[in-house]
This record gives sequence, structure tokens and C-alpha cells, in this order.
Amino acid sequence: MSGQASVHAGASAYFGQRRSAKSIAFGTWYVTEHRLRTMRAYLSSIVTVSVFNPVIYLFALGVGIGSYIDANSGAQGVEGVRYLIFVGPALLVSAALTTAFEECSYPVMGGFKWTREFWAMNAAPINGRQVVNGILLATGFRIVFTVSVFWCCLAAFGASPSGYGILAIPAAILSGLAFGTVIMAVASRLEEDDGWFPIINRLIITPMFLFSGTFFPLDQLPIWLRWLGWISPPLARHAIGTRSRVRYVGTALA
Amino acid sequence: MEKPIDIVIHARGLTKDFGQLRAVDSVDFEVRKGEAFGLLGPNGAGKSTTMRMIASVSKRTGGELSILGLDPNEYGPDIRGHLGVVPQQDNLDLEIKVRENLIVYGRYFGLPMKFLRPKADELIEFVQLTEKAKAKVDTLSGGMKRRLTIARALINEPDILLLDEPTTGLDPQARHVLWDRLFRLKESGVTLVITTHYMDEAEQLCDRLIVMDKGRIMAAGTPASLIQEFSSREVVELRFGSDKNARLAEQLRGFGERIEVLPDRILIYTDTGEEDLARIVERGLRPVTSLVRRSSLEDVFLRLTGRSLIE
Repeated sequence: MSGQASVHAGASAYFGQRRSAKSIAFGTWYVTEHRLRTMRAYLSSIVTVSVFNPVIYLFALGVGIGSYIDANSGAQGVEGVRYLIFVGPALLVSAALTTAFEECSYPVMGGFKWTREFWAMNAAPINGRQVVNGILLATGFRIVFTVSVFWCCLAAFGASPSGYGILAIPAAILSGLAFGTVIMAVASRLEEDDGWFPIINRLIITPMFLFSGTFFPLDQLPIWLRWLGWISPPLARHAIGTRSRVRYVGTALA
Repeated sequence: MEKPIDIVIHARGLTKDFGQLRAVDSVDFEVRKGEAFGLLGPNGAGKSTTMRMIASVSKRTGGELSILGLDPNEYGPDIRGHLGVVPQQDNLDLEIKVRENLIVYGRYFGLPMKFLRPKADELIEFVQLTEKAKAKVDTLSGGMKRRLTIARALINEPDILLLDEPTTGLDPQARHVLWDRLFRLKESGVTLVITTHYMDEAEQLCDRLIVMDKGRIMAAGTPASLIQEFSSREVVELRFGSDKNARLAEQLRGFGERIEVLPDRILIYTDTGEEDLARIVERGLRPVTSLVRRSSLEDVFLRLTGRSLIE
């Protein structure tokens, strides 16, 4: 059974004049295909988290804390809307950022350091730019899934009163990808796994999450603390801040 | 139709610097189509650096290099499309299955699924992993992972297969299984370029080889011609005990063509091993252990550099 491998059985029929032609044209997509296949290995956890995460957040913050806040803020609400509507889009964007962080941190560092699979890609006619774009594109697919599920939950909780609220989805995708690119740049520079990701998570992402006007309008902070909001990396602050515009568009048209 | 190329790799004055360090120092060699060509040398000799330049992923500092008639500086991706690479450290995707590793990799060359599905099955059978086709790579032994890496390197039907230390870290049985597979590849006409610091591996697999040390080529030829040129037919190995070897070497003067005194043993290069050993014993010298063996590439290396291959 273990005979000769037919070494030249016909691959050349599928190559053009140049063996790199297709890789140059579609290399990014091949990397994406690979990542999606890898994600399939932990598909059940992706799905579980994507559903569980919005449900518990919206229930606790929107319904639990929200009903308390709404009862005490009078007709004006928070920035003119119910608390659930205020906090919902921001949570959706932060879910996109968390997903981007998951896909662009350890997996990227591991591709260089642990599995070394990026070297394998480069030994084929794939270049570094294609690896980066391919991973981002695959991350994008996962974000699309996560935020779509999130948005459905928002709608189910009645937190998206206008059809225009769906614009939160593209905003979250772009924000997630922008953030993922930065994380990927950091991940590709790390030579050792000496705790940088938990540090980024606790000292950058968590404060950004808490103090970028996610849970309360920034002007609620005492003036001497507002700098925390202002110094949050502009990119991500902007990302979480995007929800304001989406929310206002949504409520203005409602 | 492409013109048949008999010289598939051509290097002249090939040089690679890393800052102040000259890792490869003006080496010349040619690899012919269908042969198994070896780069033998200790760690740090410049073998892997040479290999990375051939693999068209590391740019040379100077000299000429052409692979399949193309300059890797200009046609890197095109050349890589014709190569199969088995790196020193396996770089498989550990999270997906054995068969998926092959398919995913084949996609990187732009090959369609209808070609890749049967090809992956065929290669899995070739490297004797059929029962593991649906297993995750994580569950494979070291030897199996190595074989899978070889199968993956063959997915694009390469003209040249580059193997960097293919059996380092494997147990003897796994090495023999691997050698057998590489032999079959060679028989089927694949050009093999192999780096190794194992002289037995070089002798088993290589038609022709270069011996490298400190970035330079020390010698080139077939294993047999190198042994003939740089060593004697036989070697007598004597062990008197670590503290006595150097002292007793004096009394062995006159035996063989050359005597090499190593910390743990004395080597006498001779064409008449058994007779010399008998005369040594007659002279009243009593080695703790003695052995007469054929000369190997290890002896060639020792002669050329004054050092053992594996230190």
C-alpha cells in the first residue's frame, strides 16, 4: 500500500505560466480560508460566547441597572434616551473589540513563536502583507458574526428603536478591525510571552471600556478625572464613541 | 514546453552577512536535477542560512545564486512555488487535523480542492499516516509530525525538496522510517537538498555533498570519494581511560597513517585495522575497549577541521 508517491501527477495543470500567479492574486483569501478553518476547531465556544455575552450584559446593565436609572432620571433619560438604548451600542462595539483582541493577540504571536506557521506560509509564495490582511479579513468575519448576534439581542431587548440602529454593525466592524490591526502589530513584535496581553487587557482595554463614555456620559466624571477618558487611545475611544452618533441617528429618526 | 534544466541550483561566491558576522562565506556549489545533495557540518556552520537563501526567503549579501534558472532576489515567489520546504522545526497548524494541514497548505499555492483532496489522501498514505488522517496534529508523535511536514512539502509537487535537519530529535526507528520515505522520493526523481550534522544520514541519503564549517566549504564530493580522499580505509578506536589516552598515544607512534587523540579515545587511521590492533596488544598495551571500523564522514570532518561533528 505504501508505494511510490506520484510526484508529478498533475499539479502543473493547475499552475499557470508562473507558479506564483494565483498566490499573488488570491494569497490574502487563502490565509483567510486557513484561519476560518482553524476557527472551526473552536466554533462551539465562539457561538456560545457570542450569544451568552450580549444576553448577560444587556440583562444586567440594560434591564437591571437600566430600570433603576430610568426610574430615577425622569423623562429625560440618559442623554435623552433610556439607559438600555444608551449602553447597548457601546457594548456591541466593545464586543467587536474583544473579538478582535482574541483573534489578533495570541494567535498572531503563536504563529511566529509557537506553531511558527507564518514561516510555513512564507515558504509557499505568500508574503507578509497577505498574512496580515488574511488574518484581518478572517477576524472581520468573526466580528460580523459576533456583532450580528449582539444586534439581534439588542433588538430583542428593545434597545434598537430605529432601523438605522443597524448602522452600529458596520461601525463596530470597522472599529474592531482598526483595533485588531494595532493589537496585531504589538503581537508580532513580542518575542516572549511575558504577560503583555493581560497587561494590555487590564491597563488599556478595561479603562477604555469603563471611561470612554460607555456606561455613563463622560461629563459625569469629575473634571480632574476626565483626562482618563481623553487619554484613552484615540482610536479605540473613537470606536466606542461611535455608538453616540449611531444612537443619536437612531433616536432622531425614531 | 520548458527547456529541461540539468543544473537546478547554482551558487557562485554565495555570501550572507548578519551585521558583523559572516554566516556564509563565498561558497560555490551546483545541484543537479534528480540528485540528493547534502550540506554536512556542525551547528553554526552556515548550512541553514544557505538553505534559507535557496528557499528564497532570505536575501544573499553577495555572490550569485540561481534556482531553476531564476534569481531568487527577483523571482522569490515563483521559485517558492516550485519548492517543498521541510524546516528544522516543524511548523504545522496544531489546531486542525492532519489532512486539513495538507489541504490548507496546498491552497497557498492556488491549487483547487478537486486536485488537493485526492492528492492529500495519496500523500498521507505515502507518509504512512492514513490512520491518523482525521486526528489533530497535536496528538502525533515527533516522527509522525516530521512525516506530515514532508507530506505537506510535497503537496505542490515540487521540483526540489529542501530538508533542514530532517531527523534531528527523532529516535532511531523513526529516523529509519523517514530515510525509507526519502529514498522512495529520490527514486521517483525528486531533487533533494538535505542539511544534516549526522554523518550516517549524509552517507545513507546523499549522492554528493559539501562539508561546511564556519561558513566555508571544506570539501565536496561523493561520500565514498571524500572518505577515500581524506581518510584511510579503516580506523582503530582505542580507549585507555580518559587520563591515560594522551600519555599512551606516544607509544602508538608508527601505527597507521595518522593518529588522532581525542579526550575520550585514540583513533588510528590505517588500511590494516585488525593487524595493527593485534600488534598493539602484542606490544603489551591493554586498551579498556577497542574497535576496528570502516572510515566514515565523521573522520573526514575530524581531519578537515580538527573537531568532531557533534560536540
